[in-house]
Amino acid sequence: MDLYEYQAKHLFGKHGVPVVPGAVCETPDAARLAARRIGGTTVVKAQVKTGGRGKAGGVKLAKDEDEASARAADILGMDIKGHTVHKVLVTQAAEIAEEYYVSFLLDRANRAFLAMASVEGGMEIEQVAVEKPEALAKVRVDALEGCSPAKAAEIVAAARFPAEVADQVADVLVKLWDVLVLEDATLVEVNPLVRTPDGRILALDGKVTLDGNAHFRHASHADLVDVAASDPIELRAKALDLNYVKLDGEVGIIGNGAGLVMSTLDVVAYAGEEFGGVRPANFLDIGGGASAEVMSNGLDIVLNDPSVRSVFVNVFGGITSCVEVANGVKFAIQILADAGKPVDKPIVCRIDGNRAEEGRAILLEAAIPGVELVETMDEAARRVAELAAAGK
Amino acid sequence: MAIFLDDTSKLIVQGMTGSEGMKHTTLMLAAGSTIVGGVNPKKAGSKVDFPTATLPVFGSVAEAMAETGANVSVVFVPPAGTKGAVIEAVDAGMPLVVVITEGVPVHDTAAFFQYAQDAGTTRIIGPNCPGIISPGKSNAGIIPASISGPGRIGLVSKSGTLTYQMMYELRDIGFSTAIGIGGDPIIGTTHIDALAAFQDDPETEAIVMIGEIGGDAEERAAAYIAEHVTKPVVGYVAGFTAPEGKTMGHAGAIVSGSSGTAAAKQEALEAVGVRVGKTPSETARLMRELLAR
Repeated sequence: MDLYEYQAKHLFGKHGVPVVPGAVCETPDAARLAARRIGGTTVVKAQVKTGGRGKAGGVKLAKDEDEASARAADILGMDIKGHTVHKVLVTQAAEIAEEYYVSFLLDRANRAFLAMASVEGGMEIEQVAVEKPEALAKVRVDALEGCSPAKAAEIVAAARFPAEVADQVADVLVKLWDVLVLEDATLVEVNPLVRTPDGRILALDGKVTLDGNAHFRHASHADLVDVAASDPIELRAKALDLNYVKLDGEVGIIGNGAGLVMSTLDVVAYAGEEFGGVRPANFLDIGGGASAEVMSNGLDIVLNDPSVRSVFVNVFGGITSCVEVANGVKFAIQILADAGKPVDKPIVCRIDGNRAEEGRAILLEAAIPGVELVETMDEAARRVAELAAAGK
Repeated sequence: MAIFLDDTSKLIVQGMTGSEGMKHTTLMLAAGSTIVGGVNPKKAGSKVDFPTATLPVFGSVAEAMAETGANVSVVFVPPAGTKGAVIEAVDAGMPLVVVITEGVPVHDTAAFFQYAQDAGTTRIIGPNCPGIISPGKSNAGIIPASISGPGRIGLVSKSGTLTYQMMYELRDIGFSTAIGIGGDPIIGTTHIDALAAFQDDPETEAIVMIGEIGGDAEERAAAYIAEHVTKPVVGYVAGFTAPEGKTMGHAGAIVSGSSGTAAAKQEALEAVGVRVGKTPSETARLMRELLAR
């Protein structure tokens, strides 16, 4: 889960990474009050989970509270790369002598962590990496040893930070590592980390990605989910404990296992090329069991999506037998009908694997209107794409 | 032969007495695996009845190894206890640890992987994986043994159900070993590890490699194939339609910016002569063509 800047800075503050005082605001009036409380010149910053806010006009200086209110009014509601601004962060403006870059991230390829640091902060780090790779230091951090003061000093030396800030930056690195480990983050990034003319080091921006698998040991992380900005169908699916991602096509997808469902999306998209470019409407992995209850929850979610024209149920019975899967589909449709939500979109089922013949026989015998059984995944994808195209 | 797991493998199950552990221990026994016990410090000294065997519960992995000569541990311990369970197995010097558990925090995996690297005595498979099966010899994990019998194809995959699907498609030919390496950002055994082992395994004639979006493991595997693998390899990559920045079921299955895309992986594999199927069925067809030559 990616955090907003204000949330990232809250975690920074909690672990002693130096940040400037600020307040997150949803209205111009709130921005005015925040600017008054902070005093002096402030910065009004759009809170969106994408880069390039400054260039898009989402970061503005305000010399007093009137300006802070006016700038907040400009920025709130703005669209930045497809993200609507619902909140601004009003912070004390810091004077900047130099801009640096520091981050820690999970290094998948090396199965460890990586520290990156540069004295060329402020601009996009990807740009630094391409244009001046020698200016970006990369230092492996061992998962067990972590970022000790000695390791921090090594990173600082590798990035050639000026001697007068070396100790302070090293201290920030140790605290930033605490954020990474103690909050179960996979990325913590500060760009820019600045030196002020009076010699202080401050994190002026922050980016943090949290590991969803670790939420069970961080009760407070649940509050960081931005419910307002989430897709309503995704939220409903999450409440039902379903692994669902909303996509922009017309074919609803239900399958078991993340890999098979990803593959199903691809196969439907290929098949859809022949039928006017119909595409998958969602990713939905109902997991191993495929009980009637889980299947009916899944069908309910997918059928409720107004963009869905047809549904593809693609299940491979591994340990679960296809008999259970077929009964799951049958009962799921019954459960929905009983709940006053009869299935009104065509469903194409492909069930294969353990006891496939018996499972198919159950669905054939049930002869549910609108439910078709197709033997292979590729043929089923063609048929469901065709039905979606016909339903347009 | 087969890789990593064969008929000399003696398995213990960490988390055997939990519901998943019980269910899959029953299935592994039915598949012919030699399982010599379970580990649960709270139930040490007790015995558990399965349809085909009665197994002892030991207080620790070290005790289980000393008593039984176990050389493989299958871990079903829930996420909060997975790191401790794996570290215990590494401390005991367990040669192979198969971590089935889904939802392990990546900091925990990074820690137990590094711990095993430092110890130098343990191979980890997983976490968040279906395990490994050498059909007719042994099954360590949750791959259904009924899908396919023994044969000459080696399979390595990030995904469980795609492993099952591919084994089903090629069940008439059969598999030396099928290994699900897991869909997490950090995993103990990579595509490259499996490719290297299949290359050295006389029973394996050809290899199917299944990848998915996220990271660059497939690109690295492609480079490895070019240098070291002489056996024929066919590939499949899932996730061409996945949008940027969204986790697709597996914790590691995410396209970040322009990195980790399925297209880049396919391109890397094809560039080194690996034929990549558009669908799982087409991939199976490509394998048949290769073996028919």
